[in-house]
Amino acid sequence: MVTDAALDRADMQAKAWEAAAAVPDPEVPCVTVADLGILRSVEIDDDGVAVARVTPTYSGCPATLAIELAVETALREAGFEARIERVMSPAWTTEWIGPEAREKLREYGIAPPEEASGSIRSLFGETRVACPRCGSTNTARVSEFGSTPCKAHYRCEDCLEPFDYFKCI
Amino acid sequence: MKEELFELLLRLADDQLVLGHRVSEWCGHAPTLEEDLALPNIALDLIGQARSLYTYAGEIEGKGRDEDQLAYLRLEHDYHNLLLVERPNGDFAQTILRQLYFSVFMHAWWREATKSKDETLAAIAAKAVKEAIYHVRHAAEWTIRLGDGTEESARRMADAVNELYRFTGELFETDEVTDKLAAAGIVPDPASLRDEWDRTIAEIFAEAQLEMPDPETWQHKGGRKGVHGEEMGFLLADLQYMQRAYPGMTW
Repeated sequence: MVTDAALDRADMQAKAWEAAAAVPDPEVPCVTVADLGILRSVEIDDDGVAVARVTPTYSGCPATLAIELAVETALREAGFEARIERVMSPAWTTEWIGPEAREKLREYGIAPPEEASGSIRSLFGETRVACPRCGSTNTARVSEFGSTPCKAHYRCEDCLEPFDYFKCI
Repeated sequence: MKEELFELLLRLADDQLVLGHRVSEWCGHAPTLEEDLALPNIALDLIGQARSLYTYAGEIEGKGRDEDQLAYLRLEHDYHNLLLVERPNGDFAQTILRQLYFSVFMHAWWREATKSKDETLAAIAAKAVKEAIYHVRHAAEWTIRLGDGTEESARRMADAVNELYRFTGELFETDEVTDKLAAAGIVPDPASLRDEWDRTIAEIFAEAQLEMPDPETWQHKGGRKGVHGEEMGFLLADLQYMQRAYPGMTW
């Protein structure tokens, strides 16, 4: 039998999740931290505190702290006492980015991640990345490292547009 | 085992921090804009890995030291990093070669460490190994491009190969700390990674038209015991200046 208290907690949890999940990524604001799989879970603990579990994308991603603060603020604004826990395991992977979020990235002008390559020797860009502007796969990698740790820098050889590619990890 | 684990985490963190600092020195000075983004990105990964390792080392030590105290308030001889990572940047060829030698080793190390019996270290490794793949690819592509490039780029790469090879023996050095932890399944035995490293480097050098250095080359040692080159003091002076000048400052 489900007790009222348990029901309340489930309700609160859903409400807390909703508040935290709506936080946009500070560097890729077209998607939320939930879309990207950075927000792992939100639970209400025995003291009624909303505990959000957040995982960094890269070890040194400067946005990690900004994301943690934004999630905490969103939870407080929704009326919760909040605590953030940073979780390292399992390690974040681009596989957690769902199809809808991938579409949002493409519309925003960022090529979404292709299947992850675990190879250390895939020389000179074996991944075929489609240009988010014209859809051509006649693209060239300019640099493995783009404007943020999670992105690489590409150029479309057909429409000549430079663009970011969300790296697979 | 606690003492050995603390020592090993410190060595590992010092390697990533010192190399991260060196690589960050390229910020604003790299030969192309793309490299000006790539090198600080790599530095960020390394410093991020160092932060996780220092934080965990502090917990293991149990004396209340945090990542900042470990990074900013230790003297030169307390730093137990490899001599390779503290080598000055030199020209771009030397920086790339240092990246290649180190990241090929770290990629294998992190991959094996994902199986560690220590859960925290395994979690840090699972994250770091994905980053290391990109570091190896970056260094390997440049090594091939420059080694098999112009006369000048080939000469500079060949010089870098020979200049830095004498600092690579330390990567595979074992002592009572690594032996004990490897036997307990907590870290990989560095000596066991030697063959794979030799093979990968040889494969990349073959493609880059670079000759493998003489394996009998005399090897420098001492980093793990805190005996550093003269450049290390200058590096730390730069790295630690703020905390030394304004103790306890935050922003």
